[in-house]
Parts: sequence; C-alpha cells; structure tokens
Amino acid sequence: MENNLQRSLAAAEGTVGVSAAAKIKMTARDARVFYGEKEALHGVNLDIRENEVLAFIGPSGCGKSTFLRCLNRMNDTIDGCRVTGKIELDGEDIYDRSLDVVLLRARVGMVFQKPNPFPKSIYDNIAYGPKLHGLASTRAELDEVVERSLIRAGLWDEVKDRLDQPGTGLSGGQQQRLCIARAVAVSPEVILMDEPCSALDPIATAKVEQLITELAENFTIVIVTHNMQQAARVSNRTAFFHLGDLVEVDDTTHIFTSPKDKRTEDYITGRFG
Amino acid sequence: MNNWLLVCVLLITMGFAYQFGLARSKSVAAGGPGRMHSRPGYYGLLVALWCGVPALAVFMLWSAFEPNIIRASVMEYLPAEVVSADGSQLNVALRRIENIASGFGVSDQPAEYELRAAERMSAVQQTGRLSMYGLMAVLGVAGLVLTLRRITPNLRARNQVESVVKALLVACSAIAVFTTVGIVLSMIGEATKFFSFVSPLDFFFGTVWNPRFSTVGTGDQGQFGLIPLLWGTIMVSIVAMLIAVPVGLMTAIYMAEYAPGWLRSMAKPVIEVLAGIPTIVYGFFALVTVGPFFHGLGQMIGIDIRATSALTAGVVMGIMIIPFVSSLSDDIITQVPKAMRDGSLGLGATKSETIRNVVLPAALPGIVGAFLLAASRAIGETMIVVLAAGNSPVLHANPFEAVSTVTVTIVNQLTGDTDFASPQSLVAFALGLTLFVITLGLNVVALYIVRKYREQYE
Repeated sequence: MENNLQRSLAAAEGTVGVSAAAKIKMTARDARVFYGEKEALHGVNLDIRENEVLAFIGPSGCGKSTFLRCLNRMNDTIDGCRVTGKIELDGEDIYDRSLDVVLLRARVGMVFQKPNPFPKSIYDNIAYGPKLHGLASTRAELDEVVERSLIRAGLWDEVKDRLDQPGTGLSGGQQQRLCIARAVAVSPEVILMDEPCSALDPIATAKVEQLITELAENFTIVIVTHNMQQAARVSNRTAFFHLGDLVEVDDTTHIFTSPKDKRTEDYITGRFG
Repeated sequence: MNNWLLVCVLLITMGFAYQFGLARSKSVAAGGPGRMHSRPGYYGLLVALWCGVPALAVFMLWSAFEPNIIRASVMEYLPAEVVSADGSQLNVALRRIENIASGFGVSDQPAEYELRAAERMSAVQQTGRLSMYGLMAVLGVAGLVLTLRRITPNLRARNQVESVVKALLVACSAIAVFTTVGIVLSMIGEATKFFSFVSPLDFFFGTVWNPRFSTVGTGDQGQFGLIPLLWGTIMVSIVAMLIAVPVGLMTAIYMAEYAPGWLRSMAKPVIEVLAGIPTIVYGFFALVTVGPFFHGLGQMIGIDIRATSALTAGVVMGIMIIPFVSSLSDDIITQVPKAMRDGSLGLGATKSETIRNVVLPAALPGIVGAFLLAASRAIGETMIVVLAAGNSPVLHANPFEAVSTVTVTIVNQLTGDTDFASPQSLVAFALGLTLFVITLGLNVVALYIVRKYREQYE
C-alpha cells in the first residue's frame, strides 16, 4: 500500500495537479485544443480524482470551458475544433478511434450554462437518456429511474404532482436542477458542469450548490465557474486557468489562501479577470 | 406639353426650391441670434416639398379625371341615338372623336356632329391643361414663397420632413392593401353576378362540371359543379405534397444538421434555383418528358397510366415546391437553439436520435407551417396543370387518369371569345374566389403556426 502510493507519487512528479491520494478517474496529458489555426489551450496536464468536486476558475476566454468540453468530446460538435494530446477515462483514451463517443457521453454527463430542458414534459425530460440507453425495460422501472433522479436533484417534492407538464414551464433554478436530474438519470460516472449557476438568482444558486455537494458522494464532478466564492464553497480542489494554460491546481483551501503562482494570486485577489 | 416633360420641369423646379431653401436658412442663421433647429438641408428639402408636392397632386388628380371630364363635355354634341346606344358603341363613337381631335384622323369621312364634337373636345382639353398649368405654377410659387418666409430658427424642418417621409411610406403600403381589397371586392362582385345565374348550392355541391357554351336565357345553361375541379386540385396537390414533403424535409435536415459549411453554402442556392424556374418550363418538362416516362412505365408493369394525368402534374409540381419546403424547414430547424442539441448530445444521444427526438419535435409546428405554405402554393399553381393534368373535369379517384383543376378551368373559361355577362365566364370569378379563400385560409393557419412557434424561443 505504502509502496504503491510512493510509486504513483514518483510517477506524478512534475505534472501539475497530479496527486495520488485518491483513485484517478480522468487524466489529461498535453491536451491542446485548436479552433482552426488558433491554439486555444496549450498543453494541459491534469488528473481528476474519483468522487471529488474539481472547480475550474479563471478569467473569460482562458480555456476552462474549452477544456471541460474536451472531457466528453462535446467539442466535436464545433466546426473547426481539433483536440490533440491524450485524455483518458479510467485509463481508456477517449479520443481513440475505437471509442464510441455516444457511450462516452453517457459515462461523462454534462450540465450547461443556460438551463436547456427539452420542450417536453418533466417526465420525458428525465426519461430521455434512460430510454436511449435502454436503462429501463418496463414502464415501472422507468418511473423509478425518473423518481430517483428527481429525488437526487432535490426536485421531486416540487414537481411530483406535475410530471406531465412541460419542463420549460419551471423556474430557472428548477430548470437547471431538472437538467442535473436529467444528467444523473443516465447514471454517469463524471458530471461536467459549465457555469451551471451563472443564469440563476442567489437562492436558486444556493440550492444547486447544495445539490453539487450531495452529488459528490456518488459522482465525480467538474465545475467551471466565474464565481470564486462558489468554487471555494463547493469544490475540494481548484484549477486556475489563464490564457489557455493550466496555471495551478491544488486543494481549494490552498489555492485561496496560499497560491504558488503570482497570476493565481493576482486573480483571486481581484487584480485582474 | 408632354406629361414627362412636365414632371421633369417640376423636379427641376423642386431642385431650385431646395437651393433657395438652403440659401435662405443659411442667411437666417447668419443674421439671427439663436441656433437653427435643423440643419440647412432639411429647410431646403421642406421648401422643395412644399413647392412640388401640391403641384404634383393637382397634376395627378387632373390626369385621373381628365378623360371623364372631357367625355362629359362632348356628350351634348352627340346625336341621341349614339348616346342611348349601349356601352361599347358609345365607346367607339368617343374613340373616333378623340382620334379626330388629336389630329390622328379616322379612316372614313367624319360626320358633321363628330367634327363639331372634336372641336369642342380639343377646346376643353386645351383650357383644361392651361388651367392646370396655371394652377400648378401658382401652387408651386405660393408653396415656395410661403415656406421661404416661414424659415426661422424655430421652424422644425427636420420633424416636418420626417412626417412627410412617414406619409410617403404609409401611402405606399396603402397601395398594396387597397389593391388586395379591390381585387377581392371585384371578385366578390362578379361572383355575386354568377350566383344570380347558378345557385350556390349547385355550384359548391354539384358533382358535374359541364358549362355548355349556350348564351344566356336560352334554357339549359350547363352544370357548374365545383366538386370535380376541387377534387382534381386536391388530388394533384396530394401527389405534389407526397413528393415534396419527404424530399424537402430530408433535404432540410441534411442541410441544417449534417452538411459541412461549404456544401451548405453551395447547395442551398442551387436548390433555391428550383423555385426560380418559370412554371411554364416545368409544364413542358412535364408534358414532354415526365408524362411519356410514366406512360412507358405503366405499360411495362401493365397499368394504364395516361401521359397527362394527376400523377404527372403532381410529381412535377412536387419537384417545383421542394425548395419551398426545404428552405423554410431549413430555416426553422436552424432556429432550434444549439443548447437543445447540446443537451441531447451531452446525454449520449446520437445525431439522428437528437434530430428525431429533440430537434424535429421542437421545430414541428414551424415545419407544419412550411408544409401548409407549400400546399397553398401547389393549390394555386396553374401552368403545370394546364399542360400536364389532361384537362378532364370528371370526378374519379384514379391518379393515373386525366383531371382538371380549379386554376385550369379558370384559364379555360376566360380564354377565347368570352362574353363577360354569361355564367360561362362569370364562373371564373366564383372559382377564383373559392381558390382565394382556400389559399388564404391555409396561409393564415400556416402563418399563425409559424409565428406561435417563433415566440417560443424569443
């Protein structure tokens, strides 16, 4: 046990953000992203641990959302976007030709900046993923998946009497929790959240943050946020991006109390960004 | 003086008026204490407008009423038998007098009364025109002088020009609206005349179309049953939609979701060219190529398919309206927010699952609207069916047989020698009105659906 730990520690030396304290869920090695000719992300090396909440912070346009979207290959949907380097999920290269991107996205779910429920009923919104992936074979099973997901997202009590009403009729905060429930319903291993609270009011934000903390028991969560207080509140570790570089990643308390890099310090003390 | 020349003179005068206004406003600005309300150009424009527009209005009014005034003035010179004659004969007499008055002359020897009337006519014309010129000149000068005198730092020329611009725009839109209203009213008027010959019940529910070419009042006047024509129209349109809807929709999905940018930017205009081909070209394409092809195909598999049939016309019309379906649907599919697609893809759906389960349901109302617009286009289409549908107004359900449509029948009833007092011609207005109501209904429903759909995302 001790040996193992030391060996991993030795292997991880020189790589920003690598630590052997927990099982590694995803790793990125020299991940670069190009939009056309322009390099938007300059070689990111990062390990994401199982069941942690990892926050990405940094000024606008620093590449944090871009990197997040690499983790479940949502960048594939953007014309002219190219990813190089190696990104692995449980040791499997997710950019390998033989990998099925559809299955990858079922394992690495995503919640977007703006709540984007489908113009369907609340029930159908949740049941959408499980139906696609055949996670429920009977109506009763599907009902159960829907109920469990809504309970997990803390939305069950608010919507249980109107599951057949359109998801677009909910309030912004409820919509975002619906989207989280929708992502949870597919039982992913990792959930990526791209500024999930930026379109929400403080009360809805507080609810979503509480939800993130609860979900971390079962899922690995990576969250991009503009809000440093939010990163401090919800995350175990924080990664600071600046101009397409991953500058620093460490335990959240360390980042906010004793950052190693000058740029990180400037950013968190509000000198730029 | 030639009318064009007159307009030119007026425009030149307005140009001078503009300069006067400009100069005047500058001198007022230089002499007076305060700042001018508007920039000099607006004062110039205001003067020019006041100088030109009233004169132009007089000119237009005169041009509109001149023929009637002149005709009325010569009536007293005409002998009683000509005045009491029916409309066309009176017109011929007046036409002769006009020709004599203008110096163009007539082929035979003019009668005494014609010469006197012509003399009178040119006199009236001359005084009329002279007084018009006079009035225009007075109005122009008055407008010029009065407006020049009004130029003070407080005159809000800019706002006044603005309201003139607004009035101009209102007038232009009014032309479109009044034309539509006018067309509808005249159709209603003529259709009412038709319904005085044939009862609306026989027209709307009659199943036999057989408008004999007998004259009014001589007993049997034929049967005017709308149903066979309407059914023909519907049958051709259904065939057309069966072609256009799947092809157009699939094209739209490919263009909006799959096609790379360069292909889309090339293919879309090419598809839209289909809509720009004149329908008569489609018509002879149907007649010469598609019809014989279907006929041959039918012989091969042992079915009797006529070369000119509902099938031929419908297929070619379907091809014609593909761009309507694909272009509108494409726009609507593209309008579905990317967030919606991302949400589905992020859950591990494939592209086609996303389109089927999320994009199309979200775009459905708009797409249905596109279908209805295309259908109304198909229903109103004329040239293709004139050439390719076979023109046989008989009620049957076989698309391989010749049919006739409402539009084709309108063409038939109004071409050749027609007497506009007989039900044989007047029926065209009733048919036109029916067609108008149908396509209007479809358009209203379609636009309502499209609009309702658009609000969803805004």
